[in-house]
Amino acid sequence: MKAAVITFPGSNCDRDCLRALEEIPGCEADSVWHADQDLAGYDLIVLPGGFSYGDYLRSGAIARFSPVMAALKREADRGVTILGICNGFQVLLEAGLLPGAMRRNQSLKFVCKPCELVVDRADSRFSSRFQEGQTLQVPVAHGEGNYYCDDETLKRLHGEGQVVFRYADNPNGSVADIAGITNETGNVLGMMPHPERATRARLGSVDGAEIFGAIFDFVSAGGKS
Amino acid sequence: MSMEPTPEEIRDHRVYADFGLTDAEYELICEKLGRAPNYVEVGIFSVMWSEHCSYKNSRPVLSLLPTKGPHVLVGPGEGAGIVDIGDGQAVAFKIESHNHPSAVEPYQGAATGVGGILRDIFSMGARPVALLNSLRFGPLSDGRNRYLFERVVEGIGGYGNCVGVPTVGGEAVFDDAYSGNPLVNVMCVGLIDHDQIQKGVAGGVGNPVFYVGPATGRDGIHGATFASEELNEESEERRPAVQVGDPFMKKLVMESCLELIDSGIVVGIQDMGAAGLTCSSAEMASKAGNGMELYLDRVPCRAEGMTPYEMMLSESQERMLFVVRPEHVDRAREIFERWEVPCVEVGKVTDDGRLRLIFHGEEVGDLPVRGLVDDCPVYERAVERPGYLDMVQSAETLNDPEIAGVQELTAALKAVLADHTVASKRWIYEQFDHMVQGNTVQAPGGDAAVVEVQGTRKALAMALDGDGRHVFLDPYEGGKATVAEAARNLVCVGARPLAVTDNLNFGSPERPEIYFQLHQSVAGMAEACEVLKTPVIGGNVSLYNEHAGQAIYPTPVVGMVGLIEDRDRMIGAGFRGDGDLVAVLGATGADLGGSAFRAVLHGAVDGAPPSVDLQAEARLQDTMLRAVEAGLLSSAHDCSHGGLATTIAEKAIAGGRGANVRLKGDLRGDHHLFSETTGRIVVSAPPEAKEALEAIAADAGVPLSWVGEVGGEELTITVNDELGIESAVADLRDAYEGAIPRRMEKA
Repeated sequence: MKAAVITFPGSNCDRDCLRALEEIPGCEADSVWHADQDLAGYDLIVLPGGFSYGDYLRSGAIARFSPVMAALKREADRGVTILGICNGFQVLLEAGLLPGAMRRNQSLKFVCKPCELVVDRADSRFSSRFQEGQTLQVPVAHGEGNYYCDDETLKRLHGEGQVVFRYADNPNGSVADIAGITNETGNVLGMMPHPERATRARLGSVDGAEIFGAIFDFVSAGGKS
Repeated sequence: MSMEPTPEEIRDHRVYADFGLTDAEYELICEKLGRAPNYVEVGIFSVMWSEHCSYKNSRPVLSLLPTKGPHVLVGPGEGAGIVDIGDGQAVAFKIESHNHPSAVEPYQGAATGVGGILRDIFSMGARPVALLNSLRFGPLSDGRNRYLFERVVEGIGGYGNCVGVPTVGGEAVFDDAYSGNPLVNVMCVGLIDHDQIQKGVAGGVGNPVFYVGPATGRDGIHGATFASEELNEESEERRPAVQVGDPFMKKLVMESCLELIDSGIVVGIQDMGAAGLTCSSAEMASKAGNGMELYLDRVPCRAEGMTPYEMMLSESQERMLFVVRPEHVDRAREIFERWEVPCVEVGKVTDDGRLRLIFHGEEVGDLPVRGLVDDCPVYERAVERPGYLDMVQSAETLNDPEIAGVQELTAALKAVLADHTVASKRWIYEQFDHMVQGNTVQAPGGDAAVVEVQGTRKALAMALDGDGRHVFLDPYEGGKATVAEAARNLVCVGARPLAVTDNLNFGSPERPEIYFQLHQSVAGMAEACEVLKTPVIGGNVSLYNEHAGQAIYPTPVVGMVGLIEDRDRMIGAGFRGDGDLVAVLGATGADLGGSAFRAVLHGAVDGAPPSVDLQAEARLQDTMLRAVEAGLLSSAHDCSHGGLATTIAEKAIAGGRGANVRLKGDLRGDHHLFSETTGRIVVSAPPEAKEALEAIAADAGVPLSWVGEVGGEELTITVNDELGIESAVADLRDAYEGAIPRRMEKA
């Protein structure tokens, strides 16, 4: 598998994502600067967490204008697997690759802690190593992770099976406890929790590694499931 | 510029006094210059000769501290101290205070404190791997204190979370002594290879000097002067002296500077912290024995019409100064262009030992570098033992009415656990990203934070400790206790203590009884550092911490870093396995002076605090490390505030399991449970480790008593067979975890 991790100015989980990917035997991961305009040839593109452009406006609101984003959209349309984590999820929402929007956490405070997730769909390319209903330990760390969408969108998300991960104990006020959703075609996933922080037992959980592992399985199987 | 007073007016109207200079200091400046200084020159002298930059009051005291050791690679005097951790790697760390800015503008005051300490670390060439903070506020019952607390925490998070350095630990204390003058100390730890260590030297006559970072604004002018005066009603007007942070820009400046250093072309680099361009240029020139010329027209400015005075004294954030050889200029520019960080040539290194300022083709300042950096007068202040000491120390702390019976004692334990100083700090640290970089293997809440060294089996442990109450009651013993506790916290996770960075938070040194506190506590710290072999490799001094004429508790804060050779040997504080045996290492005496028990249950801060037997402490810590190395222990937790009952309860809460504990001894029951005798650690170990642990303790002459076993969902503690504590662990957790959130939500 060939993976790219995009670094926007202000990304700060880019190195952690590269490390998590490099720990998978058979995975090659490149760091890609936001000014690059070519993403051809990658099986997985990761938008990492952080504070792109400082997030002084709305999170991800400026990053979506980065030069790399046009290429990202092209790859998304081609069906390439795209994973947006935390700030990466926010960027995907701002770019219109996923429906809905992020608000500040209900507490109005940044929250960083281990979090229990429930697997809503085990048939996505991101969750195929889990059972439906299984609970995972993956930490969150964000100030704007309060996912919102209108009722109609929510109905569609549920109807089309786009909600992949839910919070067991909602840390931010997200609608329907949503922690991670895909687009309609299922190749783009945005999630607030950080799978790259749950890749070694010493960090408290290895469930995050299984998310990267599931993507690896999908790509290794020819990218069509 | 025509508005600026002339040299004559400065002299006649004593303008220098507004900048904190005394008449004698002004005279000395005239002597050094051979003439009366102009406005920008007197401004520059005043910040360089402020306590914050010159340590003029504290230098005689700081010289008491041991600073050398076989593993010390860089000692005090540089941006940060550096110690060897083997295999060509080293750890750089430093602490800094942002007390005064945080008192008037808590969010930015705290945020820029984080920014400043990060710069100190990466300007040495080290990549920051952890941040810690030590916070002190007045009681949370007061609205203003809650506001300061809430905003300081948000400021630290707002900055630290953005730059991608995990905030892994620290401490928070709430006490009347800090109402009006909170303490915000921040520490940063970085990793570096030996061959990458940078120094802030302006070497090579003729080399160009570069300014990196955002434009200079009118913020933070005279910040260092502000830091060196007492707070009062007018301090609110000092708000413009507080800088505004930009963590996003900081992240870019940090990454680009680390790339620059990595390229191997840097001659010298230093951050623009306190006193901005002034301090960085003067210090870099001084360390090289050179001079420097600055072309102020080239300094990027945020506002039009900024004067040399404003440019030289601004403390605008996220700026660095570096020197390269002419042939490397293009390479340097390329790096900063890629990161979109402004980088401008603003000067050159000269050989005449002068700091010359050129503006609009005119020389607007000409100062002796040595005079600025090294010739500040040093004051041996008068010392006088404060009158209060006899009174508080002679207070009788053992004749209080006994708290007896299981209900009363359990309620007392819950009250101590719910005391905001003792209670869980989860409300704070969950607002900090403590996991980014993916190396945090002991999150905040334990005795020490632990961060793995990527690519090795090593890990770094770090702790921050201060104990203002004990230092107030006995400065010398309190100073010893502060160092001993920090070291004990490190050994409790299995780390060998390496070295210390200290932040001395005190009142005005011009008052003899404050100087006594400063001198005595540093002397105590020095003795402890000697015995525990933890040299001081850098630090910070924050004096004039007074509000409305009232000084804070004398509060030296010790930041200590330790090394775990094999991360798999690391242990935590919480009980781990049912059936494990519980033991107390160290002996318990009747030490209620200055205890949490007396403060919480009797509303008294009095008595003689526990004295520290440093030899016994060293033996205890050595025993602890041997036991960890032998893999005997399941958990360990330092016994300090709140005594054995609190320590054991914390172990139960952290481990999510109960214990049956049986204490024996001559002390009154409540005193046995809550005494704060130093030099104790509560451990748990599987039964099969019993004999080996006994052998190690006996070999070192460390008292060891087996007091119970782990298991169940209840904690019970008997004293001499009488039931003292009986509670579900869940109820204890509720008291401990709920105290601060409940208080903050109630607001």
